This record gives sequence, structure tokens and C-alpha cells, in this order.
Amino acid sequence: MKDESYLIRVEDLHKHYRDHTIHALDGVSINIKKGEVVCIIGPSGSGKSTLLRSLNLMEMPSSGHIFVDDVDITDPKIDINLHRQKMGMVFQHFNLFPNMTVLKNMTIAPEKVLKKSYDEAKEQAKGLLERVNLAERGDAYPDQLSGGQKQRIAIVRALMMEPEVMLFDEPTSALDPEMVGEVLDVMKELAGEGMTMVVVTHEMGFAREVAERIVFMDSGKIIETGTPEEIFESPKSDRLQSFLAKVL
Amino acid sequence: MFDRIKADFILNFVESDRWLMILKGVVATLEITSVALVIGVVIGVIIAAVRSTYDKNGEDMKRRGGAAYHLLRVANAICRLYLTVIRGTPTVVQLLIAYFIIFASSNNDILVAMIAFGINSGAYVAEIIRGGIMSIDEGQFEAGRSLGLNYYMTMRYVVVPQVIKNVLPALFNEFIVLIKETSVAGYIGVEDLTKMGDLIRSRTYSAFMPLLAVAAIYLVMVMGLTALDTRLERRLRRNER
Ligand SMILES: Nc1ncnc2c1ncn2[C@@H]1O[C@H](COP(=O)(O)OP(=O)(O)OP(=O)(O)O)[C@@H](O)[C@H]1O
Ligand SMILES: [Mg+2]
Repeated sequence: MKDESYLIRVEDLHKHYRDHTIHALDGVSINIKKGEVVCIIGPSGSGKSTLLRSLNLMEMPSSGHIFVDDVDITDPKIDINLHRQKMGMVFQHFNLFPNMTVLKNMTIAPEKVLKKSYDEAKEQAKGLLERVNLAERGDAYPDQLSGGQKQRIAIVRALMMEPEVMLFDEPTSALDPEMVGEVLDVMKELAGEGMTMVVVTHEMGFAREVAERIVFMDSGKIIETGTPEEIFESPKSDRLQSFLAKVL
Repeated sequence: MFDRIKADFILNFVESDRWLMILKGVVATLEITSVALVIGVVIGVIIAAVRSTYDKNGEDMKRRGGAAYHLLRVANAICRLYLTVIRGTPTVVQLLIAYFIIFASSNNDILVAMIAFGINSGAYVAEIIRGGIMSIDEGQFEAGRSLGLNYYMTMRYVVVPQVIKNVLPALFNEFIVLIKETSVAGYIGVEDLTKMGDLIRSRTYSAFMPLLAVAAIYLVMVMGLTALDTRLERRLRRNER
């Protein structure tokens, strides 16, 4: 085995909600390499979103550690905003800013956080818009776009910060079926370019095709992890077998 | 019939230049309302900022530790106390307390009225703005924060512009309530529109004309505010698209 250098290391992560009545994460450990594409699957309420959102501290873990580039981001002294710049996030409901044009949505964070000039950020934004075939929609407002267009904008908005990792939380679940493909295509392209990606998804086809590793979660724990072949062709645990029987 | 109305009109408004009293009253009412409005909005924005920051960013600040969090916690508690007291007691009582207790040494009744109504309005404005902030989808905060914008940047560039548009109708409603509520200023001797109308009534022993005139003037002022609100909202909507 070659020397494995992990970009993200999660150690024994726990998350409680409402003063310990809900145990959303129950001792999760996982390591993710640079450039790796990891898909997280599992039944509703199993803690997939909580795990993903812990990685950029949208959720504060109750205990355990998360190392990114060997820095422990659960340390209270860490600059959360600096860390979040490295982690792009794409949401199920897009969360574009309705009070800004597409271009402004994309340039606001580079301008305010990275102190780039608007012109510089705009050039970068235009390049990215072209890549997702939305070059003409820069001046549109989000409510003038289709769901698929919105999600593609949300992806390139996150890319504007030149993140090291992209986190996706069910990016196609709110889309009409005919728009799922255009978003998955952008994600596949991104994976092909070597972006490190963690994707919570119900799209088993996408997971099988694009993921290097699949993580199956249930009741706050990682039950099984493996390559797509291992997970889909020879699932070991009963819970994964019954989950796959339901979704495939 | 017509002659009687004409005589009544002359008695109440023309004789002894009584229309001047009405005019003075209108000016006083507008002065009190506009100064109270400014005070109310300033207080309201500050309180809404403290309360929302505590609700939305308190956890983060607590984690990082330091004095700022404790300061915020104390400020939040003071704000809540203020809101409870102001919204839990009648405006007239607050006005009387301001005049006879807090500012007992001052006999500038109009200034006391401005401050008292401002402090009163601040509580309602604060809750309107806070409600507006709370009504913004949590996803908007999360998207802003996930891009590396800090709490204040997210508020300033993402949340507040959306809040302003959402709360405008409720704020105008509060202004309308305020303009009508200042009619109790007479309790501390302010000669506002209501008080002047009543003074005329007590001198001419004729209630109909002065009181109806007063009511009509309030109505016109409120309708003016409503029209302004409609125009502003339309303009904001246009800028949006
Ligand atoms: N903010 C919250 N407050 C309280 N409980 C929460 C909160 N967020 C999540 N939970 C609970 O934590 C558990 C894990 O939730 P999580 O959202 O991580 O599941 P999930 O695997 O993403 O599910 P889904 O497929 O439905 O999105 C669930 O029981 C959920 O009800
Ligand atoms: Mg989820």
C-alpha cells in the first residue's frame, strides 16, 4: 500500500439534538483522500445530512474530531469562515439569493471575502457560466430560472471560491426528473477534473457510475463502506441488503 | 339649514382665528409622530439586531468564548425586558410615567411626548424587524455562511435586503398606529391636533364641527401614508426584477 494522505479525517463523531434525545451521529469515522468522490447513501433520518453538514461546521459536532488538511476544525479557536472557504456546499433547495442577479450571486463572496475586484470576479464568473452552458443568464434573477438552471448556478457559485472540497446534499432531489441529468452531468465533469466530492444522494445510478467509494449509513452509524461493486453486487449487512431491495 | 352650518363653521374656525389652533395642532401631531418614528426605528433596529444576533450567532460566539458573548447575553436580556414592559403596559400610562416621574423636572411636554412615543414604538418596530429576519429561509443564511461570508456580511448583503422588502407593509402599519396613538398626548398637556379640537369644542360649546374636522385630518394623514407605502412597495418590486 502506498502512503495514504487524507484530506479529511473524521474521528468518532457524535451529534446530539435536543439535549441528547436524538442521536443523529453515533460515532462516525471516515477518511477521505484528495480527489476522491464519496457518495453517502442510506434511509431517511440516518444522519447523512448531519455528517455532511458537520464537514463545513453547518452543524457543530457534539464530540469527536474532524481534520481537514491536518487542522482540527472542531477546535473552538479555528476561524470557521476561513475553513468554509475551502468547502463548497450545494443544497437540495439551491438557496440562491433572490435579491441578486446570477452574476451577483456568484461574485458576492469573492468580492467580500477574498477582496477580489468586481471585474475580476465577473470574468471568472462568466467563464464558469460558460462551462455550465448558462453564459446568457448572468443578468437574470433566480426566480427567472428553472430548477436545473438554479442548481447549476449554485454549483458554480460555490466553485467561485475555488474550494478544495465540494459537498452536495441531495442536489437533485428537488428537481423535476427531466432536469436531473443536466445537474448530474456538471457533477460528473467536476469529478472528472479531480475535485474532491462528498455527495449525499438517492441517485443510485450516479453513485454507481461516479463514486469511488460508497458509504452506507443507518441510525447515525456507518454500516458499510466499499466500492460501488462491493456495495451493489455483494452487500454484506442485512440492513444494506434490505435498503437496496427498496431503492433499486 | 345651510345657514346654520355656515354659522357653525364661522364660530368654530374663523372667529378668533380658531383655524390657527387646528393648524398648530396638526404641526404638533406631525412633529411628535415624525420624531417618535425616527427614535422608534433606531431603537427597533438596534434591538432587532441584538436579538437576532443572539438567536442566530450566539452559539458560535459562545464556542469561541470571550467577553463579547457575555455582553451580547446581557444586552439580549435587557432588550427582552424592555419589550415585555413596553408591550405589556398601556401607552397612556407610559406617557404619564415619562412626564410625571422620569422627566418630572422638564416642562417641555412636546419633547417628553416625542421620547415616550419613540420608546413605545421602538418595541413594536423591533418585533416587526425581528419577525422579518426570522421569516427568511434558514437556507439563505446557510448559503451565505457556506460561501465563507461571516455573520455580518450574510446579514448585510443577503438577509437585510430581503427583510426590508418583507417588513415594509408592517412598518407602515406601525406608523399609522403611531400617528393615531399620539392623540393621547393631551394627557400631559401637549396641544396636538386632538387636544386643539377639544379646546375649540370647550370654548364654542359646539362639538360637531371641530371633532369632525379633527377626524377628517387624521384620515387624510393616514391615507397619505398608505399611498406612500403603496408607491414604495411598487418601486421595490420593480427594482427587484
Ligand atoms: N435541527 C435538528 N433538530 C433536531 N433534530 C434534527 C435536526 N436535524 C436533524 N435532526 C434529526 O437527526 C436525525 C438525522 O437527520 P439527518 O437530516 O442527518 O438525516 P438524513 O439521513 O439526511 O435524512 P434524509 O434522507 O431524510 O435527508 C434525524 O432523526 C433527524 O430528525
Ligand atoms: Mg438529509
